Order: sequence, then C-alpha cells, then structure tokens
Amino acid sequence: MILLEATLAGLVLGGMYALVALGLNLQYGVARIMNLAYGEGVIVAAFAAWWLYTAGGINPIFGLALILPAAFAVNWLIYRLALTPLVRRAKLREQLEVDSILATFGLLFVVQGLMLVAFGGAYYSYGFLSVPVVIADVTIAANRLLALGFALVLGLALYLALTRTRIGTAVRAVAVDPVAAGLVAIDVRQVAAASFALGGALVAAGGVLVSMFLTFNANIGVVFTMKALIVVIMGGVGNLLGCLVAGLILGLTETFVATWVDPGLTLAATYAIFLAILLVRPQGLFGRAAR
Amino acid sequence: MQRMSGLIRAASVAACLALAAGTASAQEPKSIKIGYAISKTGPNAGGANITQIPNYQMWVKEVNDKGGLMLKSIGKRVPIEVIEYDDRSNSEEAVRAVERLVTQDKVDLLFPPWGTGLNLAVGPVFNKYGYPQLAFSAVTDRAPELAKRWPNSFWFLGTSQMYVGALADLLAKQQKVGKINANVAMISIADGFGIDLSKAAREALPKAGMKLVYDKSYPIGTQDLSPLIAEAQRSGADTFVAFSYPPDTVALTDQAKVASFSPKVMFLGVGVGFPLYPGKFGANTEGVMSLGGLSKDNAGTAEYRKKHNAMHGRDPDYWGSQVGYASLQMLQQAVERVGKIDRPAIIKELQTGTFDTVLGKIKLEGNMPKDAFWVLGQWQNGFYTGVAPQRPGVAELIVPKPAWKP
Repeated sequence: MILLEATLAGLVLGGMYALVALGLNLQYGVARIMNLAYGEGVIVAAFAAWWLYTAGGINPIFGLALILPAAFAVNWLIYRLALTPLVRRAKLREQLEVDSILATFGLLFVVQGLMLVAFGGAYYSYGFLSVPVVIADVTIAANRLLALGFALVLGLALYLALTRTRIGTAVRAVAVDPVAAGLVAIDVRQVAAASFALGGALVAAGGVLVSMFLTFNANIGVVFTMKALIVVIMGGVGNLLGCLVAGLILGLTETFVATWVDPGLTLAATYAIFLAILLVRPQGLFGRAAR
Repeated sequence: MQRMSGLIRAASVAACLALAAGTASAQEPKSIKIGYAISKTGPNAGGANITQIPNYQMWVKEVNDKGGLMLKSIGKRVPIEVIEYDDRSNSEEAVRAVERLVTQDKVDLLFPPWGTGLNLAVGPVFNKYGYPQLAFSAVTDRAPELAKRWPNSFWFLGTSQMYVGALADLLAKQQKVGKINANVAMISIADGFGIDLSKAAREALPKAGMKLVYDKSYPIGTQDLSPLIAEAQRSGADTFVAFSYPPDTVALTDQAKVASFSPKVMFLGVGVGFPLYPGKFGANTEGVMSLGGLSKDNAGTAEYRKKHNAMHGRDPDYWGSQVGYASLQMLQQAVERVGKIDRPAIIKELQTGTFDTVLGKIKLEGNMPKDAFWVLGQWQNGFYTGVAPQRPGVAELIVPKPAWKP
C-alpha cells in the first residue's frame, strides 16, 4: 500500500519533471541552443495562465490553446532576431554552445526584469483541479495527474513524430550533423528555428500545467532550468524518450527517499543518481556516444 | 604624472563639494536621506515584497505628505529622500550595499533588509557605524544576546522560543482537556526559519507533555510534499506542525486537502497570513493556525490594513507587516522627540521611550517588544484571530479544525 502510494506519487512528480524538460531537450538537442532563460519561459507561461484564469476566467486547459501558439511565435522571433546571428557566426558547435549560454543568460535577466515590473516579486497561486482522484486506493491531486498525462502524451507523440515522419527525420538529421543535413537539401535554419520555437511552446505547456499546483513568483525560474538540465543530460541530449524516463526516475527517487529514508536527503539522492548514471553512461541513458 | 594631477584635481573638487555640502547641511538639511538594501530579486523577494517594501513606501509617502520629519532643532519639517539598492537575496551584496549607503551615499538613517539571515549579516555594519537597526522580519534565538552585543539592534519579532513556547502551551492545554492526543507530527524546511523553530520545538513540546512522533525536515524548493503529508497522516498524530515557507505552506494545504488529511490542530509556517492564502483557500482556511494575528478590537491595525490596501491594492500579511509598520512609527517618533539626526540619542530613545503605534502602546524591554503583538493566530470565521499570548482581546483556540470542504 505504501509502496503503491509512493510509486504513484513518484510517477506524478517525475511526469512534471519530464514535462518541464521536454522543451529544453528540443532547444538544446536540435537547435543547439543551451537556453539558460529556459526556466523564465516556464514562469512567463505560469503568469499568463494565472492572468487568464483570474482576470478572464479562462481555465488553464483552454488557456493552453492561446498560450502555446503565442509561445511558439515569441520563441521563433527570439531565435530569428537574437540567436540566428550567433548561429551564423559560429564555426563549431562548441562555439555556438558558449555563445548561446552567454546570450540566453542575458535574456534571463531581461525576462525576469520584465516580470518583476509587471507582477512584482510577490508569490502567486491559484487553484485549479485541486481535487482528489483515487487510483487503486491511492489519492492523487487531479492537476498533478493531468501534468503526468500531458508529459506522457507529448513525450510519446514527439518521439513518434521524430522517428516515424519525414519532417521528424529532417529534424534529427539537423541534430546529428547540421552541415551534412544542408547537403541533402534540408533547410537547416528553418528546421532549427522551428525546433527552438516548438521547444518554447513545450516550455509554456509545462509552465501552464505546473502553475495549477505550484506557487510561483518572478524569481524562481532558475529552479526549473536546473531540474530540466539534469533531466535532459541524464536522459541523453536530444532524446525525448530518455527525457521521459529520466524525469520519472528522478521523481521516483525523490519520493522513495522521502518516504523511507529522509525527506531531507531528496536533493542528495537526486544528484547521487545523476552522478551514478553519468559515470556509467556519460552520454546519458538514451544518448548516442559522442564521436 | 598626468593622471596623478587629474586625480588631485578631482579630489580637491570633491573636497570642495563636500565642504560646501557640509556647511549647507549644518545650517539646514534639504532632506533626510534614508537608505536600504532589500531583496528585490532572488529567493527572498517574495517575502520582502509582502512584508517590507510596501511598508517602506507607505511610511515614506505618509511622512512626506505631511512635509517630512519634524526636526525641533531647526523648527521645521524635512522631507525624506530614499536611496534603495537590490541586495539580490545575497548577504555579501547586502553588506556591500549597506556599507555603500553609509560611506558613499551618507544616509542619515537605514532601514533593515528582509529576513533573519540578511539581518544577521548586516548587523556588524549597522553596529560599526552606529545606525539603529529595527529588524522586523528576523526571528532568532540569539536576539537577546545580539541586543546586548549590538545595543543599536532591535529584534521586533523576538525569538523562536517565544513562538514555539506559546504553541506548546496551547497544545498542552488542549491535550489536558482531552481534545487532542499527545502526538505531534512536525516537518520543517531546512533553512534558517525552519531549523531554528523546529529545534526550539524539539525542546519545548516534550517539556509541555507532548510527544514528537514524526519529525523530518525537507530542502528548499521541494516540489512535492505528498510523501510527508502521507507519513504525518499515518503517524496517528492529532497535531500537525509545519515550519514552512510560503510556496510549501500553500502546497501543504493543497495536498492535505487532496489527501483528506484534516488534523485536529493544523499549524503551518510563513504564508498563512499572506493575502494569497485566504484568496486561494477561502472557507477552507477555517481552523488553520500560524504566526502573527489580529484582534477585532484593535482599531489601529484595522486602519493600517485599510490604508495599506488603498495604496497597494492588496492586504499586508498578518505577522511581520503590522509589526514592521509599528517599528517605523517608533523610529519616526524617536527622531522627532530627539529633534535632530543624532543617532546615539535616537537609539537611546528607542530603547527607553514609550511609543504610540498601530499595535497600541509599545515600550521595548531589552530591545524587544514584550507581548506587544499576537504571536500565534488562527483563521476563525474568515478572520485571522490572535490566540496567543494571553492578552486583552485573545480568542479561544478552535479545536478540532473542521474537515476540509470540497
């Protein structure tokens, strides 16, 4: 009974981690942008959902229909205006990585500053779908379950899209070798921009869903950036299935440790697992070995 | 050599300017400079934005609307000029900013930063330059000792024993009349506030005849507290105590509701008194206990809340906010009684004088107020009522907390 309860709670928490990390996986894995302003994207979407819900009475699920396209557009613009010049001048992948870290580090402060101006530093929270759902005698909050559901659906759908469709193959080609992809008539810039924007839309989905049960303010974006980074690196950069599995492993670890060992050791356990996996598979769980 | 002479020239210009400014201010200060470093960004910003910054803005505006602080020595009111820095929730940054305020901006008075950690960090700087430090968002067991070591420091929120002792007394009383069992499940955040209060509780609760059957801490930023709620539920304790921070306080309430965990006594940490809490939970706040409180018969605090709401469009919290505003009123009265910016005399006046504040009359003992405000409160009929200490207007604790409504 306790085992079942802890397992379900862990899966739900892990689902949230995976959900929040999916977008970074696309942005880093395909578009090659190490986006440090990633967590800020989560919070912007959370604020948008909060605002739609409290001011407009629009429920966050419908809110997704507005927020996701907007996030796609905004991220596409960011890529086109701010990041394309970096992509153009970068000769090597390593150089683009360093440049994008610096550029998005700046972006982080711009976005955070704008949120502080708009909302101040106070905490925000609203209640949506905070109702118990009973699964095999275990009670779980409906909103958290929903986040897990979204993570699974989005993760699997994207995985299938990437592996089974023509466009997906083009995206993977860009992820593996941008130069060679260009040689076989793939518009690398467009694909990368679209991947980055799609990643941004996924971040927003994570933000909206997370805002239903977490209390947030303009300053906590970095928490999500950190968690997403761990999940992405642990799962293997660019691999969505790995991202899903890594998220779930982290969630289960945290919940098991909190239940049977000590809640104070959850963070230590998270990093221990992270370290252990990287020692055994430096390329991440599902990552391809670097050449 | 060129650079050298440039330096000398700059220095002499600066010296002249300083001299000019010095003579001018000796005759008639144009303004009283008040400086503060506060967490506008970083993890402390959430708390600072509720409890502290609105009070500073409101007090300065009110004083300046009247024309400023009345200085008897020159027989007129002098407006306040504010210099504000962001300490980014970083203690080194806060220390640097306060140093800068004193040495470069040459402020007349300082306001304290937010939180226990930062107030302890800047304490030596305030003390070195002899500025009164009226800390009102810091709870520390070392407050009496600090007040002795730094006589310029005032610790308005007192010690953790003060809160935990009051809680232990209330619980023991309920246990004696058989309304709750002796078992307590306690969780605490692994940060200053949670560590201090849980440590005090580990001593005070057994002394009061209560038993800690579950006692765990959790790291900052924990995003799922359901395992802790489940364990507390299994422990069979009638009393659930959480020394938590605002995001966790909200998450714990949410999770307890989802898990139908409705302990007879539910005590949660910082955040229960934040405006977002009743906003989110409505009637389900009934019976939840926390720090701070209000009494219905205190017109002063009621008016303070109204003014706060009018200016900021939201309520202050129920704990530090009102105490903080009272501390600013005390500073104002101390300055006006002394009649000039004479910091040692202002500190002396704060230590010994009696002041009229939104909380009522306050006289400090050992640089801390005694029984001047509600230490513990409980949501009763949508009003966050003070239930300890035993002073006029105290309300009876409602036990058991009613079950959660859907």
